Amino acid sequence: MNRYCAAIFLMFCTLTSRVSAMEEHEPNYIFFQAEQFEYRNQEGRDSLKWDAQGWYGGDYNKLWLKTEGEKPAGDKVEKAEIQALLSHMVTDFFDVQAGLRYDPEPNPRRSYAVLGLQGLAPYYFETDAALFLSNKGDLSARFTAEYELLLTQKLILQPAMEINLAAQDVKALGIGAGVTDIELGLRLRYEIRREFAPYVGVNWERKLGQTADLARRDGEDTEIPSLVAGIRLWF
Amino acid sequence: MRKYWFGLATLFTLITLITGSGVFAATYDLTIDEMRAGYNRGQRLTMAINGQIPGPTLRFTEGEDVTINVTNKMDTDTSLHWHGILLPFTQDGVPGISFSGIKPGETFTYNFKIKQAGTYWYHSHSGLQEQEGMYGPIIITPAKREPYKYDRDYVVMLSDWSDEKAEAILGHLKKNSDYYNYAQRTAGTFFKDVSENGLAATLKDRAAWGQMRMTPTDISDVSGYTFLINGKSAEQNWTGLFKPGERVRLRLINGSAMSYFDVRIPGLKMTVVQADGNNVQPVLVDELRIAVAETYDVIVQPEEEKPFTIFAESLDRTGYARATLAPKAGMSGEIPALRPRPQLSMADMGMEMGGMDMAGMEHGAAAGADKAGREEKTSMPGMDHGAMAGMEGMDHSAMPGMDMAAMDMPGMQSGIAPKAAKPGGKVLVYGDLKAMRPYAQYRAPDREIEMKLTGNMQRYFWSIDGVKFSDAEPVRLKYGERVRFTFVNQTMMSHPMHLHGMWMQLDTGKKKFNPLKHVVNVPPGQTLSVDVPADAMGEWAFHCHLLLHMATGMMRKVIVEGPVAANVETGHE
Repeated sequence: MNRYCAAIFLMFCTLTSRVSAMEEHEPNYIFFQAEQFEYRNQEGRDSLKWDAQGWYGGDYNKLWLKTEGEKPAGDKVEKAEIQALLSHMVTDFFDVQAGLRYDPEPNPRRSYAVLGLQGLAPYYFETDAALFLSNKGDLSARFTAEYELLLTQKLILQPAMEINLAAQDVKALGIGAGVTDIELGLRLRYEIRREFAPYVGVNWERKLGQTADLARRDGEDTEIPSLVAGIRLWF
Repeated sequence: MRKYWFGLATLFTLITLITGSGVFAATYDLTIDEMRAGYNRGQRLTMAINGQIPGPTLRFTEGEDVTINVTNKMDTDTSLHWHGILLPFTQDGVPGISFSGIKPGETFTYNFKIKQAGTYWYHSHSGLQEQEGMYGPIIITPAKREPYKYDRDYVVMLSDWSDEKAEAILGHLKKNSDYYNYAQRTAGTFFKDVSENGLAATLKDRAAWGQMRMTPTDISDVSGYTFLINGKSAEQNWTGLFKPGERVRLRLINGSAMSYFDVRIPGLKMTVVQADGNNVQPVLVDELRIAVAETYDVIVQPEEEKPFTIFAESLDRTGYARATLAPKAGMSGEIPALRPRPQLSMADMGMEMGGMDMAGMEHGAAAGADKAGREEKTSMPGMDHGAMAGMEGMDHSAMPGMDMAAMDMPGMQSGIAPKAAKPGGKVLVYGDLKAMRPYAQYRAPDREIEMKLTGNMQRYFWSIDGVKFSDAEPVRLKYGERVRFTFVNQTMMSHPMHLHGMWMQLDTGKKKFNPLKHVVNVPPGQTLSVDVPADAMGEWAFHCHLLLHMATGMMRKVIVEGPVAANVETGHE
């Protein structure tokens, strides 16, 4: 398994050097966006949630970083993941992305190889679909979609959804095969500047199928509705 | 003896100064330096030629040998390009193509003979410096007398000033291509459209645009500009004086980085006498649209002793440039209201967009047509002029500057074709332009090169045939051949295409009277052709003159190389 990871790492480094070499005629750009940086008020314990992405590169090739996680109020980080991906434009609107994901939390820690497709689907849906193969050989997938509904030029309502799937049970992580969970959100932001927008919204997480059964067995909630308030920012 | 020579020299200088002719060699010194400038919220560090924006007006005479010393006092490379001027390619001032640029602290001396007359301009061709303020007018006096009379002669140089550096603007667009569009369709416009067009039509329209991942509000890439005339904002009101009855020549130059203008002078008709420095048979118009980097010379004759406003609305209607023609300084005419921002229709999208579902397209087209039909009742359809003017004795295949898509599909109409503000007014279209003198060596082109104008709005880069400049091979022409370039605009933006060093003979169906241009505007979804006499050896730039389109890839190097072909063209009769 280590050899497998080393191979991915090597491929990653090779591609990284290509990103900087390929587009020498035009400047590369650095982009960072905290799509969600929010406080979640929910039954039980409130939490802090982040979901951010950034990239470095040009029009065709980018080095992409993604991170998301959650920290319950007054406790240590409960869930966290970091992805480093190489992204290559395959159509006008879509990038193929490949790289590594590492989850420092929860325990036991896992590393994953990632293969994904991110871009703007018809009708202006921002989508991201990814396959994850863990260092234990477990396969899972995630699909997210967002839409922006302009109420005015600056007041924007953003529905968002996320679905996670697993190909097999991963008992150590409380995951059952099938659709593991779904998350729906609705956030209303006001763009004071394009780059800086405070928002409020609602979010609803639901564990499903065998994953829900496992959660019930461990005495965890299978459904977490929350009110959220946060800041969306980018530069 | 020495005294004698001194006297002779003085006499010669005096004669030169008095007659203004016979100057067959002159030297001009230009210095490029950073400067603080601003029009709104204070000043910022920018770049200027001889400490002024625009740079000084360069006045040449046809036949003159000019020497221009350009000194770079900045700590970054720079250049000056003489836009529309026919010269040896090494003097053309494009870093990476004609020379290696002007390094910090260096002086580069340009040397060339003036072989033409008319209104032109000059600007930096390095990076995005042009928008910072590095542009200025060029006026070339013809060797023979002008074919029209005028009493006053003013430059009206339009430009767009931003409080943001051009690099920052490009960065914003790369990360969020809608960054500057604050006129997007919202929930409000949805309900408005539902009440006007019905729910079904509105949904179909939204679906058609959504399918393409495009928006009809995408009229310009950048907003937030302050529009200037001769370096003055609308408030500062540049003023040109006249006495009633005088004929005033206005040399309109669009030195903007990214902005098109609809120009009119309420109360006055404009007689267009020159386009891109070349005399055309006079056209009387109420209004004209000037694409980025074009020039038009118009003559107006105000009879009343009152101020007249030169009103130049940006195409996206985010603002206007304004100046005044007045009998006395300090006067100010009425300023018209900005017209509503235009919206693209499905006709503007053309009918050949790749990767599009035709079913979705047809629905959209129907919805668009409904809308256009309604507009016709209230305003003069802009197509009429174009269609009528262009129809005169020309074949259907060659009607540039007009709504081809609209003509092919009755009822479908461009949303952004210019329309006169004055009811029944006349807007200049390319079909109106007819050269003053026939082009001597007019003949059928030897071959045709089709260029698809392409781009990726979402990622914000632009290209030709889907290939960016950085990845493209040069276009090779044989010296002496005559090549037809056909531009097929597959994007939703207008592109002012500019060829260095050689004329583009815009095909308006007038054969040897086709006008000579250095910039041709290709509206979205349209196709037009130009014939290029490859009569200048060397390496030349060819690009979209929207600064950020050029910078992100809508550019080519054109190489004109030997051996010399049989039919060498010599130019005008």
